[in-house]
Parts: sequence; structure tokens; C-alpha cells
Amino acid sequence: MSKTPSAKTANPAAAPVLPPNDPHLAPVNLKLKTEERIELFRTMMRIRRFEERALRAYQAKKIGGFLHLYIGQESVAVGCCSLMGKHDHVITAYRDHGHAIAVGMGMNELMAELYGKATGCSKGKGGSMHYFAPDRNFWGGHGIVGGQVPLGTGLAYALKYRGLKGAAMAFMGDGAVNQGAVHEAYNLAALWDLPVIFVIENNGYSMGTSQERSSAGELPKRAAGYDMAWGQCDGSNVYEVRALMDKFLTRAREESKPAVVEIDTYRYRGHSVADPDNTYRAKAEIEEYRRTKDPIQVVQNMLIADGVLTPEGVEQIDQAARAESDAAAEFAEASPFPTVEDIQKDVYWEADHPAQRASKGRLFFD
Amino acid sequence: MPQITYREAIRHALAEELERDPNVVVMGEEVAQFNGAYKVTEGLLAKFGPKRIVDTPISEAGFIGLGVGASMLGIRPVMELMFWSFYSVAFDQILNNAANVRYMSGGLINCPIVIRGPANGGTNVGATHSHTPENVLANHPGVKVVVPSTPYDAKGLLKSAIRDNDPVMFLENTILYGDKGEVPAEEYLVPLGLADVKRKGTDLSIVTYGRSVIHSLVAAEVLHKEHGISAEVVDLRTIRPLDIDTVLQSVAKTHRVLIVEEQKPFASVGSQLSYMIQREAFDELDAPIHRVTTVDAPAIYSPPIEIEQLPNPNRVLKAALDLLA
Repeated sequence: MSKTPSAKTANPAAAPVLPPNDPHLAPVNLKLKTEERIELFRTMMRIRRFEERALRAYQAKKIGGFLHLYIGQESVAVGCCSLMGKHDHVITAYRDHGHAIAVGMGMNELMAELYGKATGCSKGKGGSMHYFAPDRNFWGGHGIVGGQVPLGTGLAYALKYRGLKGAAMAFMGDGAVNQGAVHEAYNLAALWDLPVIFVIENNGYSMGTSQERSSAGELPKRAAGYDMAWGQCDGSNVYEVRALMDKFLTRAREESKPAVVEIDTYRYRGHSVADPDNTYRAKAEIEEYRRTKDPIQVVQNMLIADGVLTPEGVEQIDQAARAESDAAAEFAEASPFPTVEDIQKDVYWEADHPAQRASKGRLFFD
Repeated sequence: MPQITYREAIRHALAEELERDPNVVVMGEEVAQFNGAYKVTEGLLAKFGPKRIVDTPISEAGFIGLGVGASMLGIRPVMELMFWSFYSVAFDQILNNAANVRYMSGGLINCPIVIRGPANGGTNVGATHSHTPENVLANHPGVKVVVPSTPYDAKGLLKSAIRDNDPVMFLENTILYGDKGEVPAEEYLVPLGLADVKRKGTDLSIVTYGRSVIHSLVAAEVLHKEHGISAEVVDLRTIRPLDIDTVLQSVAKTHRVLIVEEQKPFASVGSQLSYMIQREAFDELDAPIHRVTTVDAPAIYSPPIEIEQLPNPNRVLKAALDLLA
């Protein structure tokens, strides 16, 4: 499975791929129908309203543990996941609500999971950081920084092994790039030509530590050390995200080539809701981003300027997203908790399928 | 019945399962072109080709994680760790990802992965290469843990492990690789979670697994010949699931228990066994449970002293005589 290193002088993999000057002119965006453009906007709005509703529930102590909000980053998950074909797969870290909605998971099962209810997508066993929907090619939702990146590489390995023309997108934050497992995954992906795109969602802060205080060099350029292609774009514009990611996804599907893509974005909230967010960045910085680069506002302005949506149409989409979020909270509220007996279900496949069990002996201990 | 080595038995299990299921992939450091660091996978590359037998870089977190991810999408990777001691650099992938993903997804995702390799002391390779982590692994609900002692068991258990839909940790032993035993030519499986009474007896139950079974059988023979003591040797074969019923049946017969394990004593497999035996067969016990473990320190290098740090026939014999005194 080894390959000959390409010559230094003519190494297309080492050169960055930049988004086109006008992302609207990228074929992948030009072909969007009006309803599809509205749908991208609607999905971003739904993610934001869902999370704002979740935040209120958290503050009302309806939700336990951590709540890592994606507010401000919606264009990244929506842009990337809108490009998914039948054999494309997604895996991400613990800031996973946006990806879950972007792949089509319903708000009810997502909100109920936050509430720890049996009707949640993981039956109340995973929580905020651990959403999964394998039927939608969404493999989590993982809690350890960088730990999901080798798994995403394995999804790509399985695609290649099975001869399927698909790609895996392994999302991570800018804090994950310094984890060893990420570099091991980079090496394996490049060594074996696996169809995986490593997507760094760079929101500038790994928890409370800014990029300049945690990472040497430019993050996507590390790909060059593994002879991998890389790219970078401004994530505030969902069309720019799509234009850049389409190139790499097509290349991965057609040529089975990996890449590293950095998408610059910003989170308005703290690392998690427990983060008071008053020690490492200025409020003015957040306000400046919100005023000039808010991904929902950016698309909204474009859709109105292009005559695709009216302000009233925007308002309708917003109200529908709020109503859907409220209904999800009511669904979650009304749902039952799992039972104590449920604690030991879903641990072993064999324990859950006793008729097909081949092993003997005790699986659980007291 | 043909006599083959423990190493060959594992190789035959791999070959048969590779033949049977096109989704089985063998992956690890030096498994292909080098023919295996301990030659377990010798000849498999020539027979099955580089798509099925895959050399990895020295990158356990990366390739074990890759295997876990591939298993979620229907591949059945059999990953070789050159030494189980190297699991520590892949701990997150094994025990956060493989062990937890089924649970955290509410049962939606399965990880039919096998991670195998040797886990033993006794080869003078010092503390970093002599870990026996079956207790640590078995502490994680979601994984299964197998420690075979004979060629017959190794083959039958590995075939079951590869067909299992849960992640299975398979702990072999470099010192046993060359040991020969009878293995049928025809196909067979040994189910996980079934203990095997390797020697019948009436005075004492020696409960053990892995290479300690071999030491215990030697000691049992000496007990019989020189002391007139009839010791039963129960080989657990699998740590999780655990066949406690076979252990309890033996205890009900002998009323005395000696646990022998190549484990550090604190929170060992024997600790769990002792708890279960006293909890479930308190009235059957005529004496406190004794155990022979690894002497509680990191693995010493010094070759003659390492023999004394680990369970060995003399230590088992002495402990048995103390227990029966």
C-alpha cells in the first residue's frame, strides 16, 4: 500500500486550493434551485433556534452535563452536509448539534436526548456530546478532543475497501489539531489514499486558549507535511463553504484522495454553557463578528438582495424554527426518562439479542 | 488428531475466517510483508494479498481507531498489537470509542472488531513490554476479553471472537506461541464465556487462565504425585463474559480455592473472582481464598528474578500446600 513520494518541484498536493473569487459562480452553487437556497437558510435558522431553546432549557436546569453551543458556526455544518451523497459520511466532536440537524435528524429526538429522555436519539444514554444517526451516515458526536478523527479515517477506509464512491468528512475544532491521534490519522489517510476530508472548524479558541497561544503555524498547512492537499475558506458564507468543500469531496469520491480543509468561523457562546467567557476574549470581538459576519445574516441579506426571500418570508422561517424548537422542548418535557433497567441495555449486541447469543457466561457484574 | 503450535492455531483461525468472510481484514505492524513480529501471520499475505493483510505504520492510536471506524461500517478488522503493552497509546480508541459507541448511540452502532496480540511477562523485556491488561479491559462494559492457554482453545476462541458482533480483546502469550497441542483438522468453534476444567480433582480448585494454566497443571501433577493431593484446574479461557458457574461447581466439590493469575494483585481478575466466590458460595468455603499473582511491582528485567516475580509451578505448589495446611 506504499506510494512513491511526488517530486518537490511539482507537487500539486502541497499547494492550497482557494475558493473561487465569487463562490456564487461555483457550479455547485449555480445549480442550486431557489427552494434549495431557501432550505440552506432554513436549516441554519433551525439550528440556531434549536440551540437557543436548548440554552433556555439548560438554564432552567432541564438539561444536565455540558452544552457546547454551535451558535455562530451554522454555515459550516450546513454547507458541508448539504453536499452529502448516498455514500458520504460524517463524524464530528462534541459540538455536534449543528451537524445532527444538518444531516436531517429531527429536533424532537435531539431535544429529548438533551433532556435525558428515553425518546432521545440515543435513548438518553449519550447526551449532548453524543448524537448518532447511522441511518443518515452520521457517526457522532464524540466527547474526546480529536478522538473521532481516526474513526472518520476508518469510515473512509471502509468505503474504499468496499469499492463505494463516497467520502468521509471528519470534523474537528482548532483545538484538536494538536492531538497525536489527529496526526496519526492524517498519516494513514495520506499513506493509503483514503477518501476523507479533515475539516477543521476554526473558531479561534480551543476552550479558552486562543489559536496563537495553542498552535504553531497555520493549521491546514500541516497537511503539506503529509503530502496532502489542503484548503482554507471563510466560513461565514455558506456558499463559500460549499464551493471549496465540493472540490475536495469530488476529488475524494473520484480519486480517493484525502485533504485538510480549514473553515474559519466563530462561536458566540462560551466553550460550553458553563464557560463564563469573560477571561479570554473581549465582548467587542463577539459583537464585531455578529455585526459583520453572522452566517445567518450573511445568507439572509443575499437571499433578500437576490429577490429569493422577502423580509416577511425570513420572518416566517424564523417563526417556524422557533415554533419547532418549542414543540421539541414540549415533546422532550413530556417524554419519559429511561428506566433503571435500561441502564444495562445497549451495552453488548449479544445481550440485546439473546436468541442469537453464541457466548456463555455472565456479561454483567454486581 | 494433528499436533500444531499455539501460533499455528491462531494463524489457522485467521486464515479460515479470512476465507469465510470477505469483510475480515488483518491489520497491524509487520503483519504482512514481515510475516508477523512473532510469525503468527506468516504466509497470510501470500495467500490473501495486500487488501486483506495490511501492514500499518507504528501508530496504534491511528490504526486501532481506523479499525474501530471501519467496523462501524461493516468491516470486521482483526487488529494485531505487537504487544498488548502498546494498548496504552491507543487506550482512548479502544476504551472510549470501541467500548462505548454502542451504548452512547442507544444501540444503533456495533463495533465487530477484534484486537489481538501477546500480553505476558517472562521474556525479560522490562516493565514497558510486560503488561497483562485483562483486568483493565474487562473493567469496561462493552468489550469482551479472551485469554486462551492452549492451541485448541486459541483457535476455537479466535474464530468465535471474529464472528462476534461486539469488540473482543484477545490476549495471547509469546511464551505459549511455540507450545504444541492437539487441534482437530475439521472446523470447530469454542464459545466465549465457557470455562474448561483442564484437570479434575477433589481437594482444591485452582482457578486460573492463560499461561498460568500451564504452571498450575505442572503444580497439580506434583501435588498428586508427591503429596497425594487432588487438585482441580479450572481454565476460565474468557474473562468477560465470565463462566462463574463452572467455578462455583468446582468450589462446591473441593471447598478450597487458589486463584493463579499473571496479574498485579490490586483490583485484579482474581479480586473479582474472590468477591464472587465468597458472595455466591460462602458456605462452601472451608478456608479463605488464596491467590498467586505477579509480585506487586513493575516487571523486573533481571531474568532469573523475573521468573520469581511471575506465577510459576513452585509458587503455585507452595501456595497450594499453605492453603491445605
